Parts: sequence; C-alpha cells; structure tokens
Amino acid sequence: MSLRAPAALRPPAKVDGRKGRAGAARPHLLPARLFPVFVVFLIATAVLSALVALSIGAVNIPLVDVWGVVLRHLTRRPIGKNLVQERIIWNFRAPRVVMALLVGCGLSVVGTALQALVRNPLADSYILGVNQGAALGAVMALVLGSGAVGGLGVSGAAFVGSMVALVLVFLLGQRAGRSNPTRLILAGVAIGHLLSSATSYLQIHADTRALAGVVFWLLGSFSGAKWSQLGLPAVVVLATTVWLMLQRRGLNALLMGDESAAALGVNLNRFRVELLVVCALLSGTMVSIAGSIGFVGILIPHVARLLVGADHRRVLPVAALMGASYLVWVDLAARTFEKPAELPIGIFTALLGAPFFLWLMRRRDRQGPAI
Amino acid sequence: MRVRLEGVEVRIDSVTIVDGVDLVAESGRMVGLVGPNGSGKSTMLRTIYRALKPVAGAVHLDDDDVWRLSAKESAQRSAVVAQEVPAEFDLTVTEVVTMGRTPHKRLLERDSKEDALIVADALDRVEMTEFADRLFATLSGGEKQRTLVARALAQRSRVLILDEATNHLDIHAQLGLMELVRGLGVTVVAALHDLNLAASYCDAVCLIDRGRVVAAGTVDEVLTPARLAEVFGVNAHCGVHPLTGRPLLTFSPLPTNRRAHEPRGATKEVSA
Repeated sequence: MSLRAPAALRPPAKVDGRKGRAGAARPHLLPARLFPVFVVFLIATAVLSALVALSIGAVNIPLVDVWGVVLRHLTRRPIGKNLVQERIIWNFRAPRVVMALLVGCGLSVVGTALQALVRNPLADSYILGVNQGAALGAVMALVLGSGAVGGLGVSGAAFVGSMVALVLVFLLGQRAGRSNPTRLILAGVAIGHLLSSATSYLQIHADTRALAGVVFWLLGSFSGAKWSQLGLPAVVVLATTVWLMLQRRGLNALLMGDESAAALGVNLNRFRVELLVVCALLSGTMVSIAGSIGFVGILIPHVARLLVGADHRRVLPVAALMGASYLVWVDLAARTFEKPAELPIGIFTALLGAPFFLWLMRRRDRQGPAI
Repeated sequence: MRVRLEGVEVRIDSVTIVDGVDLVAESGRMVGLVGPNGSGKSTMLRTIYRALKPVAGAVHLDDDDVWRLSAKESAQRSAVVAQEVPAEFDLTVTEVVTMGRTPHKRLLERDSKEDALIVADALDRVEMTEFADRLFATLSGGEKQRTLVARALAQRSRVLILDEATNHLDIHAQLGLMELVRGLGVTVVAALHDLNLAASYCDAVCLIDRGRVVAAGTVDEVLTPARLAEVFGVNAHCGVHPLTGRPLLTFSPLPTNRRAHEPRGATKEVSA
C-alpha cells in the first residue's frame, strides 16, 4: 500500500518527455507580474456582475438607477422617490445576488482547499460526503417535518447533516489516529452513497408538494434569499477564506506529498484535521443556505490554476473572486432562461460546467502537464 | 549537525517495522542506509524528519530531541529529498524551491527579497536556474531531484535526508545527484538501494535487516561478502574500483535456490 492515491484516482503519471527545452513553454496563461492587475480586474468584474444582476429581472431597471439605490443604502442616506424600484432592488434582488457571491466564493475556496487536502484535483465537497449529508438532513426536514430532525429548519438540518457525514468520514478515514488522503476519499465516497440512498428512499415516500421542495433543494437555488439569513454565512465565508489564505504555505506543501509537507515543518495530522473542520464548516454552511450546487468547486479552481498556477498564494484569491462572479451569472441565467419561471442552479452549473471541464481536460492533455 | 538515533522503535498497525535502532551520523558526513526492501530504511528516516513518531527511543539533532522541537524548528534543521513526489498540480520550479522557505516564515509574513535571493542561489547551486519558470511536472527525473535538493538548500537546513532519492534516475543523474549532495557540506543520511553508490560516496554505511542494524561502520567493515550473503541472499565479490580506488562490489546469485533471506517486499510502504 502506498501513501499516494491509487492509480485509478490519479491522473496518469508523467513520463520524462519534453527534455532540453528549458523555459520553452510559459507555465501559466497569466504572467506573474500581471497578478495584481488581474485581481483588481476580478474585483471589478464581481462588482459589475452584481450590478448587472440587480438590474435584470421581471422588471429591467437601468444600471444607473441600480447604482443609485445601492449607493444610497450603503451610505445610509434617505430612501429615494421610486419606492417600488427601491424594494425590488434592495429587498428582493440584492440578498439573492449577495448570496450568489458568497456561495460562489465559498464553494470555489472549499474546492481548492479540499483538492490540496486529498491531493487530488478532482475533489470537492461531494467527495467527502458533505453534500450528501446536508441533502439527507434537508430532505428529512422537508419530507418528515422538522419534528424528525429535532425541531431544526431545513438549513439547520442540512448543516447538522453535513457535520455528521464529515465526522463519520473522518472516523472511518483514519487509522490509529492518522488519516491519509486515499482513505478519506474512499470513506467519503462510501458514506456519500450510503446517505444518498437514504435520501432517495425518503424522496420516494414524499408527497408531491414536499417533492417539489426536495428537487429544488437538491439542485440548489438562491430563490427566497433574505438579508436576515446572510449574516452568519458571510462571516463564515470571510473567516474561513482568510484562514485558508493564511495557510497558503501549508497548502502548497501538501501538494508535494506527505513526506515533503512533514519535512517542511507542517504538522500533518493537526493540519489535516483543521482543514477538514474548516472545509466542512464552509461547505456545510453553503449547502445549508443554497442547497447542493455541483461542479463549481471543481471547475473554478481548475480555471484559476490554469490562469495563475497551483500556488495557493495566487489560486485562492483568484478562485474566490471568480467563483463569486460565476455564480451571479449562473443565477441570472437560472431566473431569466424560462422567465418568469425559475430553474434550479444545479442544472446550469452542470450544463455550463461539464462541457467546459471536459474541454479543459482535453486541452491540458494535449499541452502536457497532468491536470 | 549531528544526527543520532537511540533505540528507535517504530510500530505501524502493531507490526514492528524498526526495532531498537541506534545510528549516528557525524556532522558533515554522509551515512548510507542499505538493506533489502522492507528492512525499515525509509521508516527510520521518517522518524528523523518528523513524519513518523517512534513508539520508543529518541532522535537527536545535535543535542535536541526532534520530537521535542516544534515541527517548524525541526524543519529548519533537516530537509528531505524523497524517491518520487506527486506532481498532479502545476507548480513551477521556483514555486517548489520557494517552499523551502516555509519553516522560516511566520503566518502573516510575505516572501522577502532575501527569500528570493536564497531561492535564486539554491537554483544556481544545483544548476537549475534556466529551469526556474518550468513546470515541475514537465521535468525529467534527474531535474526533479535537483529541484528538490534546491528546495532543501533554500530550507537552509544542516541535515539532508535522501530517501532512495536516486531510485528512478539514470546513471548520469544518479552520480550527478550524489556528487551534488556530497559537495554541500551538510550531514547526509541516505537510504540507498545501489550498494556501489553507497560504497562510492558514503563515509559510513549502516546495514539494516528486518528493522535492526546488522552492522555499521566503514564500507569495508560493513559490506562483507558474508553479510551480503546473509542479508541479501546474494554472492558478493568485493574488489577495488580501478579509477577511484573505492570498494567495488559485484554480485552473482547464490549457488542454490535456498536464500538466507527472503525479502519482504510489501511491508516497507505500509501506509501510515
């Protein structure tokens, strides 16, 4: 048994081809010196995306007016004349857009961190069973009623579900107090399937009304976002993202293997536990407010790595910002595609994500370096 | 810096892999660990760089117990170049070497000009400067190992641990790596499969079998035909290298199929 992921979970090993062309290929698409400019560009994109999303909907509102409303609320100046417009923008669309920003950021960051943790570029919160745990919790609340989950709401039950799944995965993924990436993945996959089967069973026994809620929840949605439910998630996203960025060197060290990480002064077991807890907290929170949204946590970190390389000092901020903008646009698509009907987010993240991901994969195969 | 193992015992899943090992590597010397697959060489090395905690015994770097130091303090003193490292993620050579600065950095500290100089100097010393912007994953085996030696240099540690670092290299890269490492002036503890590589480069060798030290001392003292027959189950002939004057070993199978020792292949890489 080896410490590394089994061959099936790893991209094919590199052969020593391409010798003797030192410096021939540029390592990343974006030159290192342009990185600060790029971050500014991404921040601007996120702000602009949010404004566009605020202006588009059942009623289209000019961007200038949107900007005015946002500015007035941020500076706490008296409310403007057009009360209806004001309410549409600030009370209905803004919480939704902020939620999309938060969840996009959170899912991308957690994907990046989990990929380093299990040293596998295809990992995301599905692989640790976190999403499936959250789904079971939410579906129990929806189908059996909140009494079945100790009086918790859907979000609360989802959060508890994700934590229970994580604890199980962690207990099964370790031996004699030590965990290793391969075992974590295998435990996560097994627990994930187990929990999914329980969810499916409940779905079959759900009545029609509950079923609609279940489907929507399982595919993710930002509809019904309220300001009041965003405070805690915002704190969680901010705190965990900052923490992960502080651990950038440790995360980098993990990419080079356990031996390397230990030799570079990373306290492996403790760092893994910390990472797991932080990732579970973050993905549990994301799933509990927006449902189970797939593919973001894999796609965005990949695009970020393609642009700036795998060094976490750069990939984390880039993934966070790109993920935020991305989900704002996906949400916009979800609520305008069949206007006025609204579609679950998960349909679009998979629809957009999967082909792009496959294209990315094939492109990378041609170019050389494994994913 | 002196490396000293005292009665080190390691058990993985209640199987004793290293059974009360004593070993000393004097400052600036190169000590080779040789032994069959699964004899516990890598496991011993892991206890030195804090990847595996011994259940008994102690590992000292100079006068400090490694396991009483913090992970960071220990990493400032010893660095490792392992056999094969995963390269699934796109890191450039510079990024990999910069990782060597990890144990010297506080949480909020950014990489300074000095760090950049240290990294550039390390790349220069292993002659990898022109590869600085290449992706680590696209390098040849020898280039990868040189990069990892550069990382160890950037770590500014006084002890370098080679865990079968020459295994997948062609002969040119093997000799290049050993020459490079010997010229660094740091204490080296190296697990080696190639007995002649050990014979050519090591100041002392330590022959290990089934988690125990069979013999330790100079190459001539340790790698005797009798011991090699006993531990590896081969017929060995000890000669002298015509150019270097170092011991040169040649091997043939033992006359009968009866082997004194059956190598226990799988047990070495017991997952931790």
